[in-house]
Parts: sequence; C-alpha cells; structure tokens
Amino acid sequence: MTNAFLYALAGSGLFVLGLHALVMHAHVLRKILAINVMGSGVFLILVALARRSGETTTDPVPHAMVITGIVVAVSATALALALMLKLAEKSGQAVLPDKHGD
Amino acid sequence: MLQWAFDTMLGFGLLWLAWRALNSSDLFKAIVLFIAFGLLMALAWVRLNAPDVALAEAAIGAGLTGALLLAALARLGAMTDQNVSGASAYPVPSAQPPAGSHFSRGLLILLLSASVAGMAYAIWSLPSYATGLSMDVAAHLDDSGVGNPVTAVLLNFRGYDTMLEMMVLLLAVLGVWSLGGLQQQPEKPVAAVLETLSRFLTPVFILAAAYLLWVGADAPGGAFQAGSVLGAAGVLLLLSGWRPRVRLMQWPLRLALTAGAGAFILLGLLTLLLEKQFLTYPVAQAGRMILLLESLATVSIAVTLAILFLSVSSGHKEKSGKGEKK
Repeated sequence: MTNAFLYALAGSGLFVLGLHALVMHAHVLRKILAINVMGSGVFLILVALARRSGETTTDPVPHAMVITGIVVAVSATALALALMLKLAEKSGQAVLPDKHGD
Repeated sequence: MLQWAFDTMLGFGLLWLAWRALNSSDLFKAIVLFIAFGLLMALAWVRLNAPDVALAEAAIGAGLTGALLLAALARLGAMTDQNVSGASAYPVPSAQPPAGSHFSRGLLILLLSASVAGMAYAIWSLPSYATGLSMDVAAHLDDSGVGNPVTAVLLNFRGYDTMLEMMVLLLAVLGVWSLGGLQQQPEKPVAAVLETLSRFLTPVFILAAAYLLWVGADAPGGAFQAGSVLGAAGVLLLLSGWRPRVRLMQWPLRLALTAGAGAFILLGLLTLLLEKQFLTYPVAQAGRMILLLESLATVSIAVTLAILFLSVSSGHKEKSGKGEKK
C-alpha cells in the first residue's frame, strides 16, 4: 500500500463522478466535460499502477499510452465540440432531447 | 507523513474540482474549474513520477482543451442568443436538470457506488509491487536510439501506436471539416496588450517547443509535448487576430497536417525493405530516424491542434469573408 494506490482510488472516483454527470446532465457541453473527467480518471489509474515498480524505475509503457491518450482525447473533444455546435445550429439548443420528448 | 498529507489533499482536491466543474450552474464557471482541474492533474503526474505525462497534460489538458471549450462556449452563446430567445442553452439555469424520478436517481447512485467499490477492490487486490514491462524496456533501451524510456516506447517499441495516433488526429480534422469546412476569415483587430503579448510569447513558445523536441531523446519531453506547446503558440496567434494567408491554407496546410502520418508510413515501408519488419529501425540509424519522425510529428500535431481550434472557434455560420471550401 503506497501513495500510488491513493491516486488510483482517486482515479476510480473521478471515473464514477464523470459517469454520473454524463448520465445526469442533458447539456452536451457538460457531457463532453464529463467524458474528459472520466478519461482523466482512467489515465490516473494507469499511471498510478505503473508506479508500483519501485521508487526509481517506473514502467514507461503506461506513461506512453497515457500521453497518446491525452492527445487523442483533445482531438476527440474538438470533434465533439464541432458536433455540438452543429446541433445547436440546427436545433437552436445544445441539449439532447429527453426520451419522453420535450 | 507530509507526503501522505499532500497526496491525500491532492486526491480530494481533484475529486472536489471535478465535482464542482461538472455540477456548477454556470457553464463558463464549469470550464474554468475544468482548466484548474487539468492543472492539478499535471501536479498529480509529477507526484506519480511521470514528468512526460505532466508536460503533456499541462500543455493540453489545462491549456488547449480549455481554449477549445471556451471558444465553443462563446460560439454557442452567440448562436443561441440569435436563434432562440426563450430556451437559451447558455447559461443553464439549473444545475440538476430533472432527469428521471427519485427512484431512478437512487438506482443510479447505487449502481455507481457499486462500481466504485468494485474498482477500489480490484485496485486493492493487485500486488503492491509489479515491474510491468519496465525491465524489458530497460534491457533494450540501448538499441532504441534514445535514452528516455518513454520516448523509446512511443517512437520505437510501440511506434505503431504513435503512427495510428497521427491518423486519429488527421481523422479528427477531417471530421471537423466535414461538419462545415473551414472558413477563411479576415484578420481581426484586437487589444494592443494581447497583440504585444503574443509577439513576445510566440518566439518563446517556438524555442520551448524546439527544446522539448530535442531534449526528449534523453529527458522528459518529446514530439507530443513539443507539438502541443507549438500548437498553443498557434492558438495564441489565432486569438490575437492573426489568420494564415489563403495561399498557406491550400496545399501547405494539407502537407503539414499529413506530414506526421506520412513520415511514419514512408519510414515504415523503408524499414520493411531494409529490416524486413515494419517500423523496426536499424540500430545504428535509430536515433536519427526517431528525430526525423519526431520533428515531422511535432509539426503535424501543432498544426492539427491549431487548425482544430480555428475550426471550432470560427464559425461556418457567418457568411462574411471569402468562403474557401475545397
């Protein structure tokens, strides 16, 4: 049990917080934020578990995966924002309609 | 003991900031809190002994993502003010929209609690010491051509990942463009302070990017960090009203966007001929090949990020300016 586990636990907390917001909020921008927070949680778990290999040497493979992930996340966010703006342009608001209709 | 206290505070700070960012009533406030969250994440990476990730997060998670979100929010505000007066999407008045009954909300909380407990148990049950692949990386580091293990993994051992990532970036640009294309906009006059600041800062950004790229061979840094710093310089220039010439937006832009992925494919084919394996560099030339790949990838990442910002921030809605669509 080291400090890294603390960060891994925080990462799982972030994932669940993001999932909650993703389900609860109807506004698309909030959903995009929520997905970003979920991704940060996953990255935190990955790097925290890479920390287990000792004080001086850390596993570089998860680090490389997370760097890749961060850059992919920002490009996916840009695409999602462009989709959101298109939705707002067509429907007048950036809110996903409820199942029961609104 | 002090470290424990710091790590605990940082962990709770992250959770609290995420909660506030996701549930604050005002969208602008939510985004600003999210940027602060990104900065704290960078601090967490440093604590986890991952300086490479910290550099990328500080430039992207706290910088570029925030700029993208704020630009999109500004356009959303302008758009919804024009189109609808009643149901404005910005700012959303209630933090908690009425989504479902108390029962379904309670069920959701129950499911989420169960999943966090499950994840905590899974993490807890892992052995507290595991070397992972660090020994394998250390054993082959001398053959990789670089001294920084993270760069070695990114550009040599798992070069496939980075090649595919360059294609993901390209796909994101194609996706954004196919949603309305990129509009050529006239240069906008801006405040003198911002203009002067960007004039001072842009050379510093370029210098920092070049340094990160060069030093990435043996120390924290590399193509992604350099590319995101350079992309941030582009965003700053775009914010201060600068617009690339129409001539630059034609094939030079496309060349810069595809340079990274193209270099990976060409070099992959070359190594297929020389070494009979895709992206397996000859040991003697590995360092030079990686530097070449990294330089081109840096340019591609920077241009991609800046173009994504330009596409998200400048609308295809307003019909002013000459529409350059091709």
